[in-house]
Amino acid sequence: MNVVVCVKQIPDPSAAGRLEPNTHRLVRDGVDVVLDPGDEVAVEAALRVAEAAGAEVTVVSMGPERGIDAIRKALAMGAHRAVLVSDPRLAGSDALATSRVLAAAIARTGADVVVAGTESTDGYTGIVPAAIAELLDRPALTFATAITVDGNTVRIQRQTEVGHDLVEAPLPVVITVTGAANQPRYPSLRGIMAARAKPVDRPSLEDLGIDPDTVGPTAAAQLVVAVTPASERTAGEIVVDDGGGARRIVDYLAALKLI
Amino acid sequence: MATIFVYAEMAGGAPAAVTLELLTHLRTLGDTVEAVLLHPDGAAATAVLGAYGATRVHLGTDPAYRDHLAQPAAASLTRLISERRPDLVVFGATYEARDVCGRVSARTGSTVVANGLGLRRGDDGYLVDSAIFGATLQVTTQLSGPSPLVLIRPRSFTAEAGPSLEPEVVPVPAGIAPEHLRARRLDSVTVPASGPRLEAATIVISGGRGLQDAANFQLLERVAELVHGAVGASRAVVDAGWVPYSRQVGQTGKTVKPTVYIACGISGAMQHTVGMKGAAHIVAINKDPDAPIFRLADLGVIGDTLTVLPEMIRQLEQRAG
Repeated sequence: MNVVVCVKQIPDPSAAGRLEPNTHRLVRDGVDVVLDPGDEVAVEAALRVAEAAGAEVTVVSMGPERGIDAIRKALAMGAHRAVLVSDPRLAGSDALATSRVLAAAIARTGADVVVAGTESTDGYTGIVPAAIAELLDRPALTFATAITVDGNTVRIQRQTEVGHDLVEAPLPVVITVTGAANQPRYPSLRGIMAARAKPVDRPSLEDLGIDPDTVGPTAAAQLVVAVTPASERTAGEIVVDDGGGARRIVDYLAALKLI
Repeated sequence: MATIFVYAEMAGGAPAAVTLELLTHLRTLGDTVEAVLLHPDGAAATAVLGAYGATRVHLGTDPAYRDHLAQPAAASLTRLISERRPDLVVFGATYEARDVCGRVSARTGSTVVANGLGLRRGDDGYLVDSAIFGATLQVTTQLSGPSPLVLIRPRSFTAEAGPSLEPEVVPVPAGIAPEHLRARRLDSVTVPASGPRLEAATIVISGGRGLQDAANFQLLERVAELVHGAVGASRAVVDAGWVPYSRQVGQTGKTVKPTVYIACGISGAMQHTVGMKGAAHIVAINKDPDAPIFRLADLGVIGDTLTVLPEMIRQLEQRAG
Protein backbone atom coordinates (compact mmCIF):
# COMPACT_ATOMS: atom_id res chain seq x y z
CA MET A 1 0.00 0.00 0.00
CA ASN A 2 1.14 3.56 -0.77
CA VAL A 3 -0.06 6.47 1.33
CA VAL A 4 0.15 10.13 0.31
CA VAL A 5 -0.57 13.10 2.54
CA CYS A 6 -1.13 16.60 1.11
CA VAL A 7 0.32 19.45 3.16
CA LYS A 8 0.60 23.22 2.94
CA GLN A 9 2.87 25.70 4.62
CA ILE A 10 0.92 28.73 5.79
CA PRO A 11 1.69 32.04 7.51
CA ASP A 12 1.54 31.57 11.27
CA PRO A 13 -2.23 31.69 11.93
CA SER A 14 -1.68 33.47 15.25
CA ALA A 15 0.08 36.40 13.49
CA ALA A 16 -1.90 39.22 11.88
CA GLY A 17 -2.15 38.64 8.13
CA ARG A 18 -1.52 41.28 5.47
CA LEU A 19 -2.27 41.58 1.77
CA GLU A 20 -0.05 42.98 -0.96
CA PRO A 21 -1.81 46.27 -1.87
CA ASN A 22 -1.61 45.83 -5.66
CA THR A 23 -1.97 42.11 -6.22
CA HIS A 24 -4.14 41.41 -3.14
CA ARG A 25 -1.98 38.35 -2.58
CA LEU A 26 -1.00 37.24 0.88
CA VAL A 27 2.22 38.88 2.12
CA ARG A 28 4.57 35.98 2.82
CA ASP A 29 7.85 37.85 3.30
CA GLY A 30 8.83 38.48 6.89
CA VAL A 31 5.98 36.34 8.21
CA ASP A 32 6.70 33.17 10.15
CA VAL A 33 5.41 30.17 8.29
CA VAL A 34 4.31 26.87 9.78
CA LEU A 35 2.90 23.52 8.73
CA ASP A 36 -0.86 24.07 8.64
CA PRO A 37 -2.19 22.73 11.98
CA GLY A 38 -4.98 20.95 10.08
CA ASP A 39 -2.33 19.18 8.01
CA GLU A 40 -0.59 17.90 11.15
CA VAL A 41 -3.77 15.93 11.80
CA ALA A 42 -3.67 14.67 8.20
CA VAL A 43 -0.02 13.59 8.56
CA GLU A 44 -0.84 11.75 11.79
CA ALA A 45 -3.80 10.01 10.13
CA ALA A 46 -1.63 9.02 7.14
CA LEU A 47 1.09 7.66 9.43
CA ARG A 48 -1.42 5.57 11.38
CA VAL A 49 -2.96 4.11 8.21
CA ALA A 50 0.52 3.33 6.83
CA GLU A 51 1.85 1.90 10.10
CA ALA A 52 -1.10 -0.50 10.37
CA ALA A 53 -0.49 -1.71 6.81
CA GLY A 54 3.33 -1.72 6.89
CA ALA A 55 3.29 0.96 4.19
CA GLU A 56 5.19 4.20 3.60
CA VAL A 57 4.01 7.80 3.50
CA THR A 58 4.84 10.33 0.79
CA VAL A 59 4.25 14.00 1.53
CA VAL A 60 2.99 16.05 -1.43
CA SER A 61 2.97 19.84 -1.41
CA MET A 62 2.74 22.77 -3.81
CA GLY A 63 4.15 26.18 -2.94
CA PRO A 64 7.28 28.31 -2.71
CA GLU A 65 10.61 26.60 -2.04
CA ARG A 66 10.51 27.78 1.56
CA GLY A 67 7.59 25.34 1.95
CA ILE A 68 10.32 22.79 2.48
CA ASP A 69 10.17 23.55 6.22
CA ALA A 70 6.58 22.31 6.42
CA ILE A 71 7.59 19.22 4.51
CA ARG A 72 10.55 18.62 6.85
CA LYS A 73 8.18 18.73 9.80
CA ALA A 74 5.96 16.08 8.22
CA LEU A 75 9.07 14.00 7.48
CA ALA A 76 10.21 14.50 11.09
CA MET A 77 6.86 13.16 12.28
CA GLY A 78 7.64 9.97 10.36
CA ALA A 79 6.76 10.36 6.67
CA HIS A 80 9.30 8.71 4.38
CA ARG A 81 9.75 10.97 1.37
CA ALA A 82 8.31 14.08 -0.20
CA VAL A 83 7.32 15.74 -3.45
CA LEU A 84 7.42 19.55 -3.60
CA VAL A 85 6.03 21.24 -6.69
CA SER A 86 7.54 24.70 -6.65
CA ASP A 87 7.42 27.03 -9.63
CA PRO A 88 7.04 30.81 -9.77
CA ARG A 89 4.38 30.36 -12.46
CA LEU A 90 2.14 28.73 -9.83
CA ALA A 91 1.90 31.84 -7.63
CA GLY A 92 -1.66 33.19 -7.60
CA SER A 93 -3.22 29.91 -8.72
CA ASP A 94 -6.81 29.27 -7.70
CA ALA A 95 -8.07 26.14 -5.94
CA LEU A 96 -8.78 24.34 -9.21
CA ALA A 97 -5.26 24.86 -10.58
CA THR A 98 -3.84 23.77 -7.21
CA SER A 99 -5.95 20.61 -7.40
CA ARG A 100 -4.69 19.84 -10.91
CA VAL A 101 -1.05 20.15 -9.85
CA LEU A 102 -1.47 18.09 -6.69
CA ALA A 103 -3.48 15.42 -8.52
CA ALA A 104 -0.77 15.12 -11.16
CA ALA A 105 1.93 14.82 -8.48
CA ILE A 106 -0.11 12.23 -6.55
CA ALA A 107 -0.78 10.19 -9.69
CA ARG A 108 2.99 9.62 -10.08
CA THR A 109 3.24 8.07 -6.61
CA GLY A 110 0.70 5.31 -7.25
CA ALA A 111 -1.01 6.11 -3.94
CA ASP A 112 -3.80 3.84 -2.71
CA VAL A 113 -4.73 6.25 0.06
CA VAL A 114 -4.53 10.05 -0.14
CA VAL A 115 -5.06 11.94 3.12
CA ALA A 116 -5.66 15.71 3.40
CA GLY A 117 -7.06 18.21 5.87
CA THR A 118 -10.61 19.37 5.20
CA GLU A 119 -9.41 22.89 4.37
CA SER A 120 -6.34 25.05 4.81
CA THR A 121 -6.26 27.33 7.82
CA ASP A 122 -5.25 30.35 5.68
CA GLY A 123 -7.35 30.25 2.51
CA TYR A 124 -9.98 27.81 3.81
CA THR A 125 -11.60 27.23 0.41
CA GLY A 126 -12.03 23.55 1.30
CA ILE A 127 -12.62 22.16 -2.19
CA VAL A 128 -9.14 20.94 -3.15
CA PRO A 129 -9.45 17.38 -1.76
CA ALA A 130 -12.78 16.78 -3.54
CA ALA A 131 -11.38 18.17 -6.78
CA ILE A 132 -8.30 15.94 -6.46
CA ALA A 133 -10.56 12.93 -5.92
CA GLU A 134 -12.53 13.81 -9.06
CA LEU A 135 -9.39 14.35 -11.14
CA LEU A 136 -8.04 10.97 -9.96
CA ASP A 137 -11.48 9.39 -10.44
CA ARG A 138 -11.69 8.11 -6.87
CA PRO A 139 -14.27 8.10 -4.11
CA ALA A 140 -13.59 10.52 -1.25
CA LEU A 141 -14.35 9.86 2.40
CA THR A 142 -14.54 13.39 3.75
CA PHE A 143 -14.72 15.13 7.14
CA ALA A 144 -13.46 12.01 8.92
CA THR A 145 -13.36 12.05 12.71
CA ALA A 146 -12.24 8.38 12.88
CA ILE A 147 -10.69 6.04 10.28
CA THR A 148 -10.40 2.25 10.10
CA VAL A 149 -8.84 0.25 7.27
CA ASP A 150 -9.90 -3.38 6.82
CA GLY A 151 -8.10 -5.02 3.91
CA ASN A 152 -9.17 -3.09 0.85
CA THR A 153 -12.01 -1.25 2.56
CA VAL A 154 -11.73 2.07 4.36
CA ARG A 155 -14.44 3.05 6.78
CA ILE A 156 -14.80 6.44 8.47
CA GLN A 157 -17.00 8.32 10.85
CA ARG A 158 -18.02 11.39 8.91
CA GLN A 159 -18.93 14.64 10.63
CA THR A 160 -22.43 15.88 9.74
CA GLU A 161 -24.54 18.85 10.78
CA VAL A 162 -26.45 16.73 13.31
CA GLY A 163 -24.04 13.97 14.33
CA HIS A 164 -22.07 11.60 12.16
CA ASP A 165 -22.43 9.10 9.34
CA LEU A 166 -20.68 5.80 8.91
CA VAL A 167 -19.26 5.70 5.39
CA GLU A 168 -17.07 3.21 3.55
CA ALA A 169 -15.30 2.90 0.21
CA PRO A 170 -12.86 0.51 -1.42
CA LEU A 171 -9.26 1.49 -2.18
CA PRO A 172 -8.01 3.61 -3.86
CA VAL A 173 -9.54 6.46 -1.92
CA VAL A 174 -9.12 10.08 -0.79
CA ILE A 175 -9.72 10.81 2.91
CA THR A 176 -10.07 14.22 4.55
CA VAL A 177 -9.76 14.62 8.31
CA THR A 178 -11.19 17.16 10.76
CA GLY A 179 -9.31 18.40 13.81
CA ALA A 180 -11.16 15.82 15.90
CA ALA A 181 -9.61 12.83 14.06
CA ASN A 182 -6.52 12.47 16.23
CA GLN A 183 -3.88 14.16 18.35
CA PRO A 184 -0.82 14.66 16.12
CA ARG A 185 2.47 13.33 17.48
CA TYR A 186 5.40 15.63 18.17
CA PRO A 187 8.47 15.00 16.03
CA SER A 188 11.18 13.28 18.08
CA LEU A 189 14.74 14.60 18.04
CA ARG A 190 15.72 11.48 16.12
CA GLY A 191 12.88 12.13 13.67
CA ILE A 192 14.06 15.70 13.13
CA MET A 193 17.61 14.51 12.43
CA ALA A 194 16.40 11.76 10.09
CA ALA A 195 14.14 14.16 8.18
CA ARG A 196 17.15 16.05 6.82
CA ALA A 197 18.30 13.00 4.91
CA LYS A 198 14.93 11.95 3.51
CA PRO A 199 14.49 12.38 -0.25
CA VAL A 200 12.52 15.34 -1.64
CA ASP A 201 11.54 15.11 -5.29
CA ARG A 202 11.01 18.42 -7.13
CA PRO A 203 9.16 17.76 -10.38
CA SER A 204 8.65 20.63 -12.84
CA LEU A 205 5.26 21.51 -14.31
CA GLU A 206 6.51 19.88 -17.52
CA ASP A 207 7.36 16.67 -15.60
CA LEU A 208 3.78 16.63 -14.34
CA GLY A 209 2.30 17.31 -17.77
CA ILE A 210 0.74 20.56 -16.57
CA ASP A 211 0.19 23.24 -19.19
CA PRO A 212 1.56 26.46 -17.61
CA ASP A 213 -1.31 28.38 -19.20
CA THR A 214 -3.77 26.52 -16.96
CA VAL A 215 -2.18 27.72 -13.68
CA GLY A 216 -1.33 31.04 -12.07
CA PRO A 217 -3.36 34.23 -11.82
CA THR A 218 -4.28 34.60 -15.50
CA ALA A 219 -5.86 31.15 -15.59
CA ALA A 220 -8.00 31.87 -12.52
CA ALA A 221 -11.45 33.08 -13.55
CA GLN A 222 -11.68 35.23 -10.45
CA LEU A 223 -10.18 38.54 -9.49
CA VAL A 224 -10.13 40.35 -6.17
CA VAL A 225 -11.51 43.76 -7.04
CA ALA A 226 -11.76 45.35 -3.60
CA VAL A 227 -10.43 44.88 -0.09
CA THR A 228 -12.06 47.01 2.56
CA PRO A 229 -11.88 47.02 6.33
CA ALA A 230 -14.91 45.23 7.74
CA SER A 231 -17.13 47.42 9.86
CA GLU A 232 -15.74 47.01 13.33
CA ARG A 233 -17.94 46.61 16.34
CA THR A 234 -17.36 49.22 18.95
CA ALA A 235 -16.59 48.07 22.44
CA GLY A 236 -19.34 48.51 24.98
CA GLU A 237 -19.24 48.67 28.73
CA ILE A 238 -16.48 46.78 30.51
CA VAL A 239 -16.82 46.13 34.24
CA VAL A 240 -14.48 44.46 36.71
CA ASP A 241 -16.20 41.64 38.56
CA ASP A 242 -16.49 42.62 42.21
CA GLY A 243 -19.13 40.00 42.89
CA GLY A 244 -21.74 41.84 40.80
CA GLY A 245 -20.64 40.65 37.35
CA ALA A 246 -23.16 37.83 37.18
CA ARG A 247 -25.97 40.20 38.14
CA ARG A 248 -24.96 42.56 35.31
CA ILE A 249 -25.20 39.76 32.75
CA VAL A 250 -28.54 38.51 34.06
CA ASP A 251 -29.93 42.07 34.02
CA TYR A 252 -28.62 42.50 30.48
CA LEU A 253 -30.49 39.39 29.31
CA ALA A 254 -33.60 40.51 31.17
CA ALA A 255 -33.46 43.97 29.53
CA LEU A 256 -33.49 42.25 26.14
CA LYS A 257 -36.53 40.28 27.37
CA LEU A 258 -34.74 37.00 26.78
CA ILE A 259 -35.34 35.66 30.30
CA MET B 1 -31.84 37.12 -18.73
CA ALA B 2 -29.13 35.41 -16.75
CA THR B 3 -29.79 32.05 -15.12
CA ILE B 4 -28.58 31.06 -11.68
CA PHE B 5 -28.52 27.47 -10.47
CA VAL B 6 -28.95 26.80 -6.77
CA TYR B 7 -27.76 23.44 -5.51
CA ALA B 8 -30.68 22.59 -3.21
CA GLU B 9 -30.31 20.27 -0.23
CA MET B 10 -32.67 18.41 2.06
CA ALA B 11 -32.49 18.26 5.85
CA GLY B 12 -34.89 16.12 7.87
CA GLY B 13 -37.36 15.63 5.01
CA ALA B 14 -37.64 19.33 4.06
CA PRO B 15 -35.49 21.80 2.12
CA ALA B 16 -32.43 22.78 4.14
CA ALA B 17 -32.50 26.21 5.78
CA VAL B 18 -29.46 27.35 3.78
CA THR B 19 -31.20 26.47 0.51
CA LEU B 20 -34.14 28.72 1.38
CA GLU B 21 -31.76 31.50 2.46
CA LEU B 22 -30.00 31.34 -0.91
CA LEU B 23 -33.25 31.31 -2.91
CA THR B 24 -34.58 34.28 -0.92
CA HIS B 25 -31.52 36.36 -1.72
CA LEU B 26 -31.04 35.27 -5.32
CA ARG B 27 -34.63 36.02 -6.35
CA THR B 28 -33.90 39.71 -5.60
CA LEU B 29 -31.08 39.87 -8.20
CA GLY B 30 -33.48 39.90 -11.15
CA ASP B 31 -32.16 36.72 -12.74
CA THR B 32 -33.92 33.43 -13.40
CA VAL B 33 -33.35 31.17 -10.42
CA GLU B 34 -33.47 27.41 -10.94
CA ALA B 35 -32.97 24.82 -8.22
CA VAL B 36 -31.20 21.50 -8.71
CA LEU B 37 -32.55 19.05 -6.16
CA LEU B 38 -31.07 15.57 -6.07
CA HIS B 39 -32.64 13.54 -3.29
CA PRO B 40 -35.06 10.58 -3.11
CA ASP B 41 -37.49 12.63 -0.99
CA GLY B 42 -37.22 15.67 -3.24
CA ALA B 43 -40.63 15.46 -4.95
CA ALA B 44 -42.37 16.71 -1.80
CA ALA B 45 -40.08 19.73 -1.55
CA THR B 46 -40.41 21.35 -4.97
CA ALA B 47 -43.38 23.56 -3.99
CA VAL B 48 -41.41 25.03 -1.09
CA LEU B 49 -38.48 25.80 -3.37
CA GLY B 50 -40.95 27.60 -5.65
CA ALA B 51 -42.34 29.59 -2.77
CA TYR B 52 -38.84 30.86 -2.00
CA GLY B 53 -38.04 31.82 -5.57
CA ALA B 54 -37.16 28.86 -7.80
CA THR B 55 -39.02 29.10 -11.11
CA ARG B 56 -37.80 25.67 -12.17
CA VAL B 57 -36.66 22.64 -10.21
CA HIS B 58 -34.40 20.04 -11.81
CA LEU B 59 -35.40 17.03 -9.77
CA GLY B 60 -33.52 13.75 -9.43
CA THR B 61 -34.90 11.17 -6.99
CA ASP B 62 -32.50 8.26 -7.33
CA PRO B 63 -31.73 6.88 -3.83
CA ALA B 64 -28.04 6.91 -4.82
CA TYR B 65 -27.99 10.68 -4.29
CA ARG B 66 -28.58 10.03 -0.60
CA ASP B 67 -26.82 6.73 -0.11
CA HIS B 68 -23.54 7.52 -1.88
CA LEU B 69 -21.26 10.48 -1.23
CA ALA B 70 -20.93 13.32 -3.75
CA GLN B 71 -20.12 11.42 -6.94
CA PRO B 72 -23.67 10.69 -8.22
CA ALA B 73 -24.78 14.28 -7.48
CA ALA B 74 -21.59 15.78 -8.96
CA ALA B 75 -22.00 13.79 -12.17
CA SER B 76 -25.65 14.81 -12.62
CA LEU B 77 -24.99 18.44 -11.78
CA THR B 78 -22.03 18.54 -14.16
CA ARG B 79 -24.24 17.21 -16.94
CA LEU B 80 -26.92 19.83 -16.24
CA ILE B 81 -24.35 22.63 -16.18
CA SER B 82 -22.81 21.60 -19.49
CA GLU B 83 -26.24 21.33 -21.12
CA ARG B 84 -27.82 24.49 -19.75
CA ARG B 85 -24.74 26.67 -19.13
CA PRO B 86 -26.03 28.70 -16.18
CA ASP B 87 -24.30 32.03 -15.56
CA LEU B 88 -23.66 31.12 -11.93
CA VAL B 89 -24.00 28.08 -9.66
CA VAL B 90 -24.56 28.72 -5.96
CA PHE B 91 -24.10 26.22 -3.13
CA GLY B 92 -24.57 26.47 0.63
CA ALA B 93 -21.26 25.90 2.43
CA THR B 94 -22.33 22.54 3.88
CA TYR B 95 -20.45 19.25 4.21
CA GLU B 96 -22.33 17.71 1.28
CA ALA B 97 -22.23 20.70 -1.06
CA ARG B 98 -18.52 21.36 -0.58
CA ASP B 99 -17.71 17.87 -1.83
CA VAL B 100 -20.07 18.18 -4.79
CA CYS B 101 -18.77 21.65 -5.68
CA GLY B 102 -15.12 20.55 -5.66
CA ARG B 103 -15.87 17.66 -7.98
CA VAL B 104 -17.95 19.79 -10.37
CA SER B 105 -15.15 22.35 -10.56
CA ALA B 106 -12.69 19.62 -11.57
CA ARG B 107 -15.09 18.45 -14.29
CA THR B 108 -16.24 21.77 -15.75
CA GLY B 109 -13.07 23.77 -15.16
CA SER B 110 -15.17 26.47 -13.48
CA THR B 111 -13.55 28.59 -10.80
CA VAL B 112 -14.76 28.38 -7.18
CA VAL B 113 -15.10 31.10 -4.58
CA ALA B 114 -15.80 29.71 -1.11
CA ASN B 115 -16.95 31.26 2.14
CA GLY B 116 -19.12 33.87 0.49
CA LEU B 117 -21.15 36.09 2.80
CA GLY B 118 -22.74 38.24 0.12
CA LEU B 119 -23.43 38.03 -3.60
CA ARG B 120 -24.30 40.80 -6.08
CA ARG B 121 -24.25 41.59 -9.76
CA GLY B 122 -21.51 43.91 -10.88
CA ASP B 123 -20.97 45.53 -14.27
CA ASP B 124 -18.45 42.86 -15.30
CA GLY B 125 -19.75 39.77 -13.58
CA TYR B 126 -21.04 38.56 -10.25
CA LEU B 127 -19.32 39.85 -7.12
CA VAL B 128 -18.84 37.73 -4.03
CA ASP B 129 -18.07 39.28 -0.66
CA SER B 130 -16.15 37.23 1.84
CA ALA B 131 -14.22 37.91 5.02
CA ILE B 132 -10.57 37.17 5.68
CA PHE B 133 -8.18 37.49 8.60
CA GLY B 134 -10.88 36.76 11.11
CA ALA B 135 -13.37 39.10 9.45
CA THR B 136 -11.20 42.21 9.85
CA LEU B 137 -11.12 42.63 6.07
CA GLN B 138 -13.86 42.21 3.52
CA VAL B 139 -12.73 40.95 0.14
CA THR B 140 -14.81 41.38 -3.02
CA THR B 141 -14.08 38.86 -5.76
CA GLN B 142 -15.29 39.25 -9.33
CA LEU B 143 -16.17 36.05 -11.15
CA SER B 144 -15.63 35.29 -14.81
CA GLY B 145 -15.47 32.28 -17.09
CA PRO B 146 -18.18 29.72 -17.76
CA SER B 147 -20.60 28.87 -14.91
CA PRO B 148 -18.49 29.98 -11.91
CA LEU B 149 -19.23 28.20 -8.62
CA VAL B 150 -19.86 29.97 -5.32
CA LEU B 151 -20.17 28.53 -1.82
CA ILE B 152 -22.13 30.79 0.55
CA ARG B 153 -21.93 30.33 4.29
CA PRO B 154 -25.18 29.43 6.07
CA ARG B 155 -27.01 32.31 7.74
CA SER B 156 -25.59 34.91 5.34
CA PHE B 157 -29.18 35.77 4.35
CA THR B 158 -32.55 35.56 6.08
CA ALA B 159 -35.01 33.11 4.51
CA GLU B 160 -38.39 34.58 3.65
CA ALA B 161 -41.08 33.09 1.41
CA GLY B 162 -42.05 35.21 -1.58
CA PRO B 163 -45.06 35.19 -3.87
CA SER B 164 -45.88 31.51 -4.12
CA LEU B 165 -45.02 30.20 -7.56
CA GLU B 166 -45.63 26.69 -8.78
CA PRO B 167 -42.20 25.84 -10.19
CA GLU B 168 -41.80 23.87 -13.36
CA VAL B 169 -40.41 20.47 -12.35
CA VAL B 170 -37.98 18.97 -14.83
CA PRO B 171 -36.86 15.41 -14.14
CA VAL B 172 -33.12 14.79 -14.15
CA PRO B 173 -32.47 11.84 -16.47
CA ALA B 174 -32.05 8.59 -14.55
CA GLY B 175 -28.90 6.52 -14.72
CA ILE B 176 -25.95 6.65 -12.36
CA ALA B 177 -22.65 5.11 -13.35
CA PRO B 178 -21.62 2.16 -11.16
CA GLU B 179 -18.17 3.71 -10.58
CA HIS B 180 -19.90 6.58 -8.77
CA LEU B 181 -21.33 4.22 -6.15
CA ARG B 182 -18.07 3.39 -4.38
CA ALA B 183 -18.41 5.63 -1.30
CA ARG B 184 -21.41 4.21 0.52
CA ARG B 185 -23.25 5.64 3.50
CA LEU B 186 -23.94 2.74 5.88
CA ASP B 187 -25.57 4.60 8.72
CA SER B 188 -26.49 8.11 9.87
CA VAL B 189 -26.32 8.87 13.56
CA THR B 190 -28.08 11.90 15.02
CA VAL B 191 -26.47 12.88 18.27
CA PRO B 192 -29.40 13.87 20.46
CA ALA B 193 -29.04 17.42 21.71
CA SER B 194 -31.31 18.90 24.32
CA GLY B 195 -32.43 22.47 23.77
CA PRO B 196 -32.15 24.46 20.56
CA ARG B 197 -29.54 23.79 17.90
CA LEU B 198 -26.42 25.92 17.99
CA GLU B 199 -27.22 27.61 14.67
CA ALA B 200 -30.82 28.36 15.63
CA ALA B 201 -30.50 29.41 19.28
CA THR B 202 -31.41 32.92 20.46
CA ILE B 203 -28.73 32.72 23.14
CA VAL B 204 -25.42 30.95 22.62
CA ILE B 205 -23.06 30.49 25.54
CA SER B 206 -19.59 29.33 24.54
CA GLY B 207 -16.59 28.19 26.53
CA GLY B 208 -12.86 28.32 25.93
CA ARG B 209 -9.60 27.56 27.69
CA GLY B 210 -10.63 29.78 30.58
CA LEU B 211 -12.97 27.04 31.80
CA GLN B 212 -9.80 25.13 32.71
CA ASP B 213 -11.35 21.68 32.64
CA ALA B 214 -13.80 19.72 30.46
CA ALA B 215 -15.99 19.07 33.50
CA ASN B 216 -16.67 22.80 33.86
CA PHE B 217 -18.66 22.75 30.63
CA GLN B 218 -21.49 21.54 32.88
CA LEU B 219 -21.77 25.14 34.09
CA LEU B 220 -22.44 26.26 30.51
CA GLU B 221 -24.93 23.43 30.03
CA ARG B 222 -26.83 24.57 33.10
CA VAL B 223 -26.92 28.23 32.03
CA ALA B 224 -28.03 27.17 28.55
CA GLU B 225 -30.81 25.09 30.06
CA LEU B 226 -32.00 28.02 32.18
CA VAL B 227 -32.02 30.54 29.32
CA HIS B 228 -33.13 28.07 26.59
CA GLY B 229 -29.83 28.59 24.80
CA ALA B 230 -27.23 26.40 23.15
CA VAL B 231 -23.64 25.67 24.16
CA GLY B 232 -20.73 26.43 21.82
CA ALA B 233 -16.98 26.14 22.14
CA SER B 234 -13.70 27.55 20.84
CA ARG B 235 -11.43 25.51 18.62
CA ALA B 236 -8.85 25.17 21.39
CA VAL B 237 -11.16 23.18 23.64
CA VAL B 238 -12.58 21.13 20.77
CA ASP B 239 -9.03 20.20 19.73
CA ALA B 240 -8.33 19.34 23.37
CA GLY B 241 -11.22 16.88 23.19
CA TRP B 242 -13.35 18.55 25.87
CA VAL B 243 -16.43 18.81 23.66
CA PRO B 244 -17.34 17.40 20.23
CA TYR B 245 -16.49 19.20 17.00
CA SER B 246 -20.19 19.86 16.38
CA ARG B 247 -20.00 22.51 19.13
CA GLN B 248 -17.19 24.46 17.50
CA VAL B 249 -17.88 28.09 16.62
CA GLY B 250 -15.45 29.83 14.28
CA GLN B 251 -13.65 29.73 10.98
CA THR B 252 -13.39 25.96 10.88
CA GLY B 253 -16.61 25.45 12.83
CA LYS B 254 -20.07 26.92 12.75
CA THR B 255 -21.22 30.48 12.15
CA VAL B 256 -23.82 31.60 14.65
CA LYS B 257 -25.93 34.76 14.74
CA PRO B 258 -27.84 34.63 18.02
CA THR B 259 -29.44 37.59 19.70
CA VAL B 260 -26.90 37.25 22.51
CA TYR B 261 -23.55 35.49 22.41
CA ILE B 262 -21.89 34.91 25.77
CA ALA B 263 -18.16 34.13 25.48
CA CYS B 264 -16.80 32.52 28.64
CA GLY B 265 -13.04 32.26 29.03
CA ILE B 266 -12.52 32.80 25.30
CA SER B 267 -9.69 35.17 24.37
CA GLY B 268 -11.24 36.16 21.05
CA ALA B 269 -8.77 34.89 18.46
CA MET B 270 -9.78 35.68 14.89
CA GLN B 271 -10.34 31.98 14.26
CA HIS B 272 -13.19 32.19 16.78
CA THR B 273 -14.61 35.67 16.23
CA VAL B 274 -15.28 35.10 12.52
CA GLY B 275 -17.98 32.63 13.62
CA MET B 276 -19.76 34.85 16.14
CA LYS B 277 -19.24 38.48 15.14
CA GLY B 278 -22.70 38.57 13.61
CA ALA B 279 -24.41 38.21 17.00
CA ALA B 280 -26.70 41.13 17.80
CA HIS B 281 -25.22 41.45 21.30
CA ILE B 282 -21.97 40.07 22.68
CA VAL B 283 -21.22 39.46 26.34
CA ALA B 284 -17.73 38.38 27.41
CA ILE B 285 -16.33 37.05 30.66
CA ASN B 286 -12.55 36.83 30.86
CA LYS B 287 -9.84 37.16 33.49
CA ASP B 288 -7.51 38.96 31.11
CA PRO B 289 -8.47 42.65 30.75
CA ASP B 290 -6.47 42.77 27.49
CA ALA B 291 -8.29 39.83 25.87
CA PRO B 292 -9.30 40.87 22.32
CA ILE B 293 -12.84 39.59 22.93
CA PHE B 294 -13.48 42.74 25.02
CA ARG B 295 -13.03 44.87 21.89
CA LEU B 296 -16.19 43.25 20.49
CA ALA B 297 -18.20 43.00 23.66
CA ASP B 298 -21.28 45.10 24.37
CA LEU B 299 -20.92 44.00 27.98
CA GLY B 300 -17.59 42.76 29.26
CA VAL B 301 -16.98 41.32 32.71
CA ILE B 302 -13.34 41.14 33.77
CA GLY B 303 -13.36 38.22 36.17
CA ASP B 304 -13.04 34.49 36.65
CA THR B 305 -15.55 32.56 34.56
CA LEU B 306 -15.57 29.86 37.24
CA THR B 307 -16.82 32.41 39.80
CA VAL B 308 -19.22 34.33 37.57
CA LEU B 309 -21.02 31.32 36.05
CA PRO B 310 -22.09 29.65 39.33
CA GLU B 311 -23.42 33.00 40.52
CA MET B 312 -25.31 33.45 37.22
CA ILE B 313 -26.82 29.99 37.66
CA ARG B 314 -27.93 30.85 41.22
CA GLN B 315 -29.63 34.04 40.08
CA LEU B 316 -31.26 32.45 37.04
CA GLU B 317 -32.58 29.60 39.21
CA GLN B 318 -33.98 32.16 41.61
CA ARG B 319 -35.77 33.97 38.79
CA ALA B 320 -37.11 30.66 37.47
CA GLY B 321 -38.55 30.16 40.96
